[in-house]
Amino acid sequence: MMLQQVSAPHLRAGQSTEEIMLRVLLALVPGIIAMAHFFGAGVFTNIIGACIAAVLCESLCLRLRDRPLLLYLKDYSAVVTAVLLALALPPYSPWWLITIGTVAAIALAKHVFGGLGSNPFNPAMVGYVVLLISFPVQMTQWTAPSSLAANPGVWDSVLAMIGSEAYDAVTMATPLDLLKQNDGFMVSALWQQYPQFGRFSGVGWEWINLAFLAGGVWLLQQKIFTWHAPVGMLAVLGLMSALFYDGGSSSSGGSPLFHWLSGATMLGAFFIVTDPVSGATSNLGRLIFGALVGLLVYCIRVWGSYPDAVAFAVLLMNFAAPFIDYYTQPKPYGYQARDADK
Amino acid sequence: MTAIYSFHGGIHPEEHKTESSSSPIQTAPLPRFLILPVSQHIGAPAKPVVCVGQRVLKGERIAHADGPLSTAVHASSSGYVTAIEPHLIAHPSGLSDTCIIIETDGHDEALPASSHPNWRSYELGELLELIRDQGIAGLGGAGFPSAYKLNNDNIQTLIINGAECEPYITADDRLMRERSELLEQGIAILQHITGASEVLIAIEDNKPEAIEAVRAACEHQDWTVVTIPTKYPSGGEKQLIELLTGQQVPGGGIPADLGIVCQNVATAAAIAQAVIEGQPLISRITTLTGGCVANKGNYEVRLGTPIEYLLKHSGYSLEQSQKVIMGGPLMGFTLPSLDVPVVKTTSCILAPSKTELASEACTQACIRCGHCAEVCPASLLPQQLYWYAKSQNHEQLKAHNLADCIECGACAYVCPSALPLVQFYRAAKAEIKEKSIEQRQAEIAKNRFEARQARLERDATEREATRAARKAEAKTKAKQDSRYADETDPVQAAIERAKAKKARLQQSGEANSVSNTLEELKAKLERAKFGLEHAHASGKEEKVLTALAASVGRLESLLASEQAKQAQAQESSE
Repeated sequence: MMLQQVSAPHLRAGQSTEEIMLRVLLALVPGIIAMAHFFGAGVFTNIIGACIAAVLCESLCLRLRDRPLLLYLKDYSAVVTAVLLALALPPYSPWWLITIGTVAAIALAKHVFGGLGSNPFNPAMVGYVVLLISFPVQMTQWTAPSSLAANPGVWDSVLAMIGSEAYDAVTMATPLDLLKQNDGFMVSALWQQYPQFGRFSGVGWEWINLAFLAGGVWLLQQKIFTWHAPVGMLAVLGLMSALFYDGGSSSSGGSPLFHWLSGATMLGAFFIVTDPVSGATSNLGRLIFGALVGLLVYCIRVWGSYPDAVAFAVLLMNFAAPFIDYYTQPKPYGYQARDADK
Repeated sequence: MTAIYSFHGGIHPEEHKTESSSSPIQTAPLPRFLILPVSQHIGAPAKPVVCVGQRVLKGERIAHADGPLSTAVHASSSGYVTAIEPHLIAHPSGLSDTCIIIETDGHDEALPASSHPNWRSYELGELLELIRDQGIAGLGGAGFPSAYKLNNDNIQTLIINGAECEPYITADDRLMRERSELLEQGIAILQHITGASEVLIAIEDNKPEAIEAVRAACEHQDWTVVTIPTKYPSGGEKQLIELLTGQQVPGGGIPADLGIVCQNVATAAAIAQAVIEGQPLISRITTLTGGCVANKGNYEVRLGTPIEYLLKHSGYSLEQSQKVIMGGPLMGFTLPSLDVPVVKTTSCILAPSKTELASEACTQACIRCGHCAEVCPASLLPQQLYWYAKSQNHEQLKAHNLADCIECGACAYVCPSALPLVQFYRAAKAEIKEKSIEQRQAEIAKNRFEARQARLERDATEREATRAARKAEAKTKAKQDSRYADETDPVQAAIERAKAKKARLQQSGEANSVSNTLEELKAKLERAKFGLEHAHASGKEEKVLTALAASVGRLESLLASEQAKQAQAQESSE
């Protein structure tokens, strides 16, 4: 009889990479539903388009890199990247926009660097930024929330995706745009003037952000990631907006609640900043990483030239992650007490 | 109540303890052959003191401790020594080592034991020697010679390790439940030897019966039985120390640096048996468990019992089995063959069914999730170590304290990409060790070469100097001589001196020259004999010894013939 020779440990915990990815996808569902509720079927066409492009692109890259296709496809990392990118794009984006973004994310940001685990930058954010810089017009046309203008139907969304001219969606400036372009109005006056503002931030946006928050909290409870990065980001973002709220004057940067519940804040805090591959490793490192992302988000939103800033903030901090790791190495057992003595 | 601290990381795998912990300890039957490796402990292998064909009794010492970091081996039943030869042993790499093989005679006849009930009156050295000669090594897993560990006069705290944190294993659990009095006696001896003022007995809270039994047995002592939370690897020495005292063993140090010594419960019980009852370590409690074992439970097994024999006895279904693990599922290793014996460190034999443990999962890329760092009890960065081990970056591995990895396997347990992390670390550790040995050897060779070079140079210059001096001397002499050149020719004088000497020798006769050769031969023989003795003492190779002996013999015969010649000559002259 041949006895199998295997190296210890012979036990493994259940959680595999694909399980982690599937749970992340599941946690995105509430946010997706909320987005679809406010912006219509265009959210789904974005997601479907991005997923198809991502799987095709991933397969091609794997084939070129001579890697087993099925094994790598079933880690669902490409799908997660695609969904995150799709959620960052304006609903009803045309197919070519989606495809270019996805290819940039999968091929350029991930496979060029050696595939999953070796990418220094968050792939979805790279895809988003490539599009934002290359196609600023398309990328800043956000559909109006359903309560302000009727959303196109399913058929119209498909037409929009295939790039047909037959459909033209009603677009409106987002609350973050409005606050950025504001000059001369008190915050309360701004709120009264534009219908896009809701209770705390934008109409719809506050619910979308709350839904992403709920998904993120569930992931935290599932121990998919630790609290450090999201809490760091939200805390500093809140702190900065509290510091520069300026009593709601015409030069106010917006309240903490406005920033927490606007744009991609919650999606970023729980689904982007928590990306382990391109983030910091240790818990202290993650806290610092998140905090600096929060700081950058605020700075770019309020003083920079882009209304939303999660993508730029995350990419800038991706650069800094190895540096943070270097300075936040935990002391191993047996060396901790010695340092405390000194 | 002692405060409970905590240690970083750790995991909570499924325990699987009830399968084997519910039935009392059974005695495993006597096998036909016992295979006793001389190296069942860390340190120098024991030296066999029996020879092939010799009858030995149960408890008889068959190999004695070789040096302080070693321990003895005893026959675990009566029978005949059939071989002392290399045999496959329980080792992850399937190595062979010298084993004393005994064919048992079924009588199980024991050597009369010499008990030491009044051990308290013994001197420390005597007790330590007794423990060493009774073959006691750490039964918790590492097999460190206990006497060596206990030989330290800077101990304030004695920690008795009854954590048994590995899944499946319940040997210590049953021991604490059933033999708590023996354990109590063992701890008393350990406290006496170490002079510890504080005794902490740590047991994980998943063993309430054991805690109860030990509490009851140790009630009259001022020891503390500490219930520790169930978390792997709380039974690791360093982790247990941090858990109980809040202190960390300094990097590169040992627990004694903190005035602490740890002993496993099974070791303590074995020490009680060895000292009080005079019974050497010839058996241990081993857990037999896993899906392929029908009669799961704990067995008192004679050391040297072949695993195959033991498994068959416990209803092992060979067909279902695909691997057999010695030790627990997290730190144990798969056996290369079932023809290996139970040794002092065999706490568990785990024969899992095909679906029971982790299957050969396909490894995926590291996604830097950091779970490994979260669970690492040594607070290392397993992920970074993995990258550096993969790229054989030894500098960075050292900088990231690879040496402090205790190979507990917690990182690989949680890894979502199923990376065999511990395997990488072990390989890297071996590489680094090999490299450092090579480096040391290279350094020695270099030093030797440089020393030789220096010596040769020195010799050369010295020779040059003497030559120059002589030359100068000769020159001055020649100058002096040239002044009296007409009076005497030096060459002529030398020739004359030689002639005179020859004549003198001829006069004193032949007898003298014979006695001269005899003297010379005697001196030569003396030298050769000394050389042979010296070679014996320093353990030279067989070839060298025979060559030296031959030359001694030759000289002896030569001397004898010369002596005979001389006697003849004398006789004839008379």
